[in-house]
Amino acid sequence: MIHFALLISRQGKVRLTKWYTPYPQKQRSKVIKEVSTLILARGPKLCNFVDWQGCRVVYKRYASLYFCMCIDPADNELETLQIIHHFVEILDRYFGNVCELDLIFNFHKAYFILDEILIAGELQESNKKAVLRLVTAQDSLVEAAKEEASSLSKIIAQATK
Amino acid sequence: MDLAINPFSSGTRLRDMIRSIRACKTAAEERAVVRRECAAIRAAISEDDQDYRHRNMAKLMFIHMLGYPTHFGQMECLKLIAAAGFPEKRIGYLGLMLLLDERQEVLMLVTNSLKQDLNHSNQFIVGLALCALGNICSAEMARDLAPEVERLLQSRDPNTKKKAALCSIRIVRKVPDLAENFMGSAASLLKEKHHGVLLSTVQLCTELCKASNDALEYLRKSCLEGLVRILRDVSNSSYAPEYEVAGITDPFLHIRVLKLMRTLGQGDADCSEYINDILAQVATKTESNKNAGNAILYECVETIMGIEATSGLRVLAINILGRFLSNRDNNIRYVALNMLMKAIAIDTQAVQRHRATILECVKDADVSIRKRALELVYLLVNDTNVKPLTKELVDYLEVSDQDFKEDLTARICSIVEKFSQDKLWYLDQMFRVLSLAGNYVKDDVWHTLIVLMSNASELQGYSVRSLYKAFQSCGEQESLVRVAVWCIGEYGEMLVNNISMLNVEEPITVTESDAVDAVELALKRYSADVTTRAMCLVALLKLSSRFPPTSERIKEIVVQNKGNTVLELQQRSIEFSSIIQRHQSIKSSLLERMPVLDQTNYLVKRAASTQATVLSVKSAPAVTPGGPLKLPNGVAKPPAAPLADLLDLSSDDPPVTTSVPTTAPNDFLQDLLGIGLIDSSPTGGAPSASTDILMDLLSIGSSPVQNGPPTSNFSPLGKAETKSVPVTPQVVDLLDGLSSNENAAYPTITAFQSATLRITFSFKKQPGKPQETTINATFTNLTTSTFTDFIFQAAVPKFIQLQLDPASSSALPASGNGLVTQSLSVTNNQHGQKPLAMRIRVSYKVNGEDRLEQGQISNFPAGL
Repeated sequence: MIHFALLISRQGKVRLTKWYTPYPQKQRSKVIKEVSTLILARGPKLCNFVDWQGCRVVYKRYASLYFCMCIDPADNELETLQIIHHFVEILDRYFGNVCELDLIFNFHKAYFILDEILIAGELQESNKKAVLRLVTAQDSLVEAAKEEASSLSKIIAQATK
Repeated sequence: MDLAINPFSSGTRLRDMIRSIRACKTAAEERAVVRRECAAIRAAISEDDQDYRHRNMAKLMFIHMLGYPTHFGQMECLKLIAAAGFPEKRIGYLGLMLLLDERQEVLMLVTNSLKQDLNHSNQFIVGLALCALGNICSAEMARDLAPEVERLLQSRDPNTKKKAALCSIRIVRKVPDLAENFMGSAASLLKEKHHGVLLSTVQLCTELCKASNDALEYLRKSCLEGLVRILRDVSNSSYAPEYEVAGITDPFLHIRVLKLMRTLGQGDADCSEYINDILAQVATKTESNKNAGNAILYECVETIMGIEATSGLRVLAINILGRFLSNRDNNIRYVALNMLMKAIAIDTQAVQRHRATILECVKDADVSIRKRALELVYLLVNDTNVKPLTKELVDYLEVSDQDFKEDLTARICSIVEKFSQDKLWYLDQMFRVLSLAGNYVKDDVWHTLIVLMSNASELQGYSVRSLYKAFQSCGEQESLVRVAVWCIGEYGEMLVNNISMLNVEEPITVTESDAVDAVELALKRYSADVTTRAMCLVALLKLSSRFPPTSERIKEIVVQNKGNTVLELQQRSIEFSSIIQRHQSIKSSLLERMPVLDQTNYLVKRAASTQATVLSVKSAPAVTPGGPLKLPNGVAKPPAAPLADLLDLSSDDPPVTTSVPTTAPNDFLQDLLGIGLIDSSPTGGAPSASTDILMDLLSIGSSPVQNGPPTSNFSPLGKAETKSVPVTPQVVDLLDGLSSNENAAYPTITAFQSATLRITFSFKKQPGKPQETTINATFTNLTTSTFTDFIFQAAVPKFIQLQLDPASSSALPASGNGLVTQSLSVTNNQHGQKPLAMRIRVSYKVNGEDRLEQGQISNFPAGL
């Protein structure tokens, strides 16, 4: 299973954290610090796996962002790499040529997408389009609710004029 | 940044907040912005602002990601989840998963909302609840909500089914007893067509098998056929764009099915036979030019290794690994090494064939690969290949990265020790490792080397000459220096006279003074390390007996450490020069070669090094019987019977062995004398680990050495007893040559006494420093209740400097049942003109109530 997923920028800034194994809050920051120093120090041509505290961290760099997932040593590292790529491709289609700024300002969207891909540290959906359909359907639910609220407040505003 | 453009808005928009945080140039600015935002959010929370609750939650999540505390927002998550609308719930659940973990009690409060949402008519709201439950549920929640999740497995919507299946995984992980409730639905879900559902269900089945044997048996019977069908369909399927990755249809499903097959086939011949064909098909047909294909092959190989596969299939698997190993992609090589480690248990020969390639991987540029390869090589070593493999590794040690040397050294040492039937080979390898990476060799490794040399009498000459040569070229390697110095001290005459030459050796010319030069060099140039220098002093002492002409020169070298600030070295220096100078008669017998160390005994003890700790703990109280005084020139009440202690300590072993001055690098001599130098706590805690091992090393010689002098006066201590002050026999003799006037005793005084508390001071002075006094304060509780939070403070006039060490405890037991001690260092800058004076204040708590006592001390003994 995946214990946690991390997105860190090349400067070591955290862009997304998702914990599937309970780590107490204090330990989380320690984990992030350790894993990011470990990964940021690695050169470009090395393999995408690092041993860390009895687990294995699989990471891949896309532009300025490192996508990391921590798995059990018995898990399939190559598949985890593929899961990361799966996630990135969906992000890319959702945002349309995704860049780091998209993930900063719309970090919650990135989380919503991840929640449609992974649950309990296991893979949920291998169909990219299905994930996109589910996320956009929920987005439009939110939009609809917003419009309803604003039209309601207009009505109230007019009525109380 | 202007807050509140809109008077009704609570603060800024999320986007604006992120922008202003990103605009910060320093960490302090960022903290200020975050503090302002948090204040606004807190205000909104306390006003129970509903309109902006979800915006505030989004902000909090961002702030949380930056690493700031956000616990005050946890209750807001619950409120959002309890709200009716989808947008609120969506952000609320996200916040719940991000800000809370399963250990927080707030989480229990959400169980009810979750239950309602799991029964909601909107599939997306059900999805949110399942996702949250699957990611953070605790065992209690799992028990409470399992029936809902079970029901949702039967739902009509595939998206709900797959989420429910994954949620069940979490539930089963938390409460394995529930596994049997899920196995029926899981088996029937495998008949679905939707890949998401299949993927989730296959994973659920794997988890169920782990949790329960019944489930494993049930699934073996009911779903093996279905699995084979799924795998066949997916691997034979024509182009399916929705699932296609690099020309392969749904590699994820492939892999998860293979994994479940491994779980089912493990230790079950029938199952294994049933899946043999499909595994062979996947192993041969899958394209291996892309990562996705390799991931499948990798999983397939692992499954073949894991089940009772036919031998043909195993050959196929090993061949795939061979291909992986020669792949140029680092990732592929990494997993190949990983897999080979598992394959070694099944087919060692097949793995041995790849030895050369694996050895190349040890030298890879990538540390991840190097580590894997090194572990694998370690497993590959056997009696026949140990020599070439070790040679390769040792050669590589010379050029490897600094970071990697530690791992590599440890592995080499371990291999060499494990296969050390050939002693000469063992010694050669160890000498090379010590020369190349002596700084990384662990203490127990070179201790073992010394024990072995001590046992191999025919190789001692060779050893000392090799080490001497190695020392000349690689003197900066700490462990090498230590071993070399020890050998020169013990076997110096073999070095000089080329005794017991081996055929392979060339004679070398080393004079007696060359040998002394080497040790002197080690003492002076190379090492700031106390252990090494202490060993050098012992070696010099021994050489003074081996080579009598050099005795004068050695004395000069030894004496140079007389004023060393490290007490250990100072003491050795003074004692040893006294032995060289004045105890010629006993010197030769005192400085005999170490008795042969008991190898088996040592190895047993090394293995159980925990016992060594017990031993040293046991001896510690005997050495320092409760008294607060430790320093040799402490006067007030030295432990009454240091000599008895000495015998006491060695009573486990034949006492004579301790009479041989030793190479013990740490405090052994001090321990003998009952002087705990390094640890200053009153109970005399356990000495450090390295001391333990050496204490062992010393106590190993179980055959008593009969040629030592009789125990009663075997050391200078005994001899000197008659001419020294009776109370402190050992101390004065050790330090003779120093003016003894300055050691005059000062009486212990009662510095302060009230109805509740007594404080006594005892005094010590460093010789040659009349201005400085070390005061040992002892506190006694005269009441019947314990004092807690005990703090002692002192103030002195300007001409005096005061330094307080920490007290031994902050609790003072009642009725004088225990003491607290604390030492004070006082420097009287007007020594001889003005006496010491001090004001004290003591604060403590009795039954939680604060007490304070103050006083002035003017009854210091004259002359301080």
